[in-house]
Amino acid sequence: MSTIQVEIVSAEEQIFSGQALMVYAPAVMGEVGIAPRHTPLISPLKPGEVRLDMGDGKEEFFFISGGILEVQPHLVTVLSDTAIRAHDLDEAAALEAQKRAEDALADQQSDLDVAKAKAELASAAAQVAAIKKLRKKS
Amino acid sequence: MAGGKEIKTKIASVQNTQKITAAMEMVAASKMRRAQDQMFATRPYAQRISDVVSHVASSHAEYRHPFLIERPVKRAGIVAVSTDRGLCGGLNTNMFKKALNHIGDLDEQGIEIEVATFGTKALGFFKRIGAKVIAEVSHIGDSPEIGQIIGPVQALLTKYEEGEIDVIYLISNEFVNTMTQQPWMTQLVPVQPAEDKELSHHWDYIYEPDSKEVLDGLLERYIESLVYQAVVENVACEMAARMLAMKNATDNAGAMIDELQLIYNRERQASITQEISEIVGGAAAV
Repeated sequence: MSTIQVEIVSAEEQIFSGQALMVYAPAVMGEVGIAPRHTPLISPLKPGEVRLDMGDGKEEFFFISGGILEVQPHLVTVLSDTAIRAHDLDEAAALEAQKRAEDALADQQSDLDVAKAKAELASAAAQVAAIKKLRKKS
Repeated sequence: MAGGKEIKTKIASVQNTQKITAAMEMVAASKMRRAQDQMFATRPYAQRISDVVSHVASSHAEYRHPFLIERPVKRAGIVAVSTDRGLCGGLNTNMFKKALNHIGDLDEQGIEIEVATFGTKALGFFKRIGAKVIAEVSHIGDSPEIGQIIGPVQALLTKYEEGEIDVIYLISNEFVNTMTQQPWMTQLVPVQPAEDKELSHHWDYIYEPDSKEVLDGLLERYIESLVYQAVVENVACEMAARMLAMKNATDNAGAMIDELQLIYNRERQASITQEISEIVGGAAAV
């Protein structure tokens, strides 16, 4: 089966570099699945997880809090704003962040605060979802 | 024994200075290693994003982003990256010399400049030469974060988009190796990507949601990553330059102490000889 080269990088470090059968990424218009020989595509990403199908039922998860996805027929590049390995995520910390964001949203002060809180909430919720999925797997 | 005590005091003070420079050398050496690690860690992102930008530049998009379009230059912006602290040899001075040369060239063409500075040294320099500083960040610390550099870059980019400036340059230091750092200048905007020869056939991306939004986000990140890379590299340069400068200072202090010690010993020997001859002379007189 053909594979596609995947590069995941954040401003601070290289996260992943290797081959995969399929790549799933949270594009702003909805999740996209990319198989080898996909037509060129470029899209911003929203906070969520990038999932790689490694074959033999093995999968890799990476949490990203936004970024840019570029697809060339033989290369997928994920430019993550901050990418953390899903294994490193601390569920408690993520839940706490989610709660903080919800609290902030509850007492709406200004538009700016609300927008910030919403962004934080989306990011925290995506982290929690990523952890739950990981739990189910193991 | 004339001057013996003064020489002793002088030796002690040089020794104190030597202790300080030796300590600073060691601190700089360890910080340099960390800064170098950070520099290498940020390279993959810079490499990937410049690949993507060169793909974009060689695509045949229906929309050309303003950051990709050259226009006649009336005013120029400069992003200058310097250190916060001194005692790092000629690092900043060399960079300022390069900047001055470039500003001179621009001046001859009647182009005015506006500057965004990183680090207190650049801020001081550009204020002294009377340049218009529109944004500055200082006290960046030894491990800069990308959040810290966005402000001043945005300030210049906004001016570029409004048409107030027509080109933005980046001046900083390049880390060649531990012994060598070179002042380095590049053009940030309009972006001059290397075209990818493999992608020369006619093609274009699928843009989601639309090309303007995607390119805005991409090019902004690209420029930020270039500046971030320069800031991180400059920290490594600073530490390497300081290490070298402090090593030289320590060596010089050592040489100075040796010389002073020699003078002190001669002085002491002379005074002893004099005393003996006085005693002998006195004994003979009796």
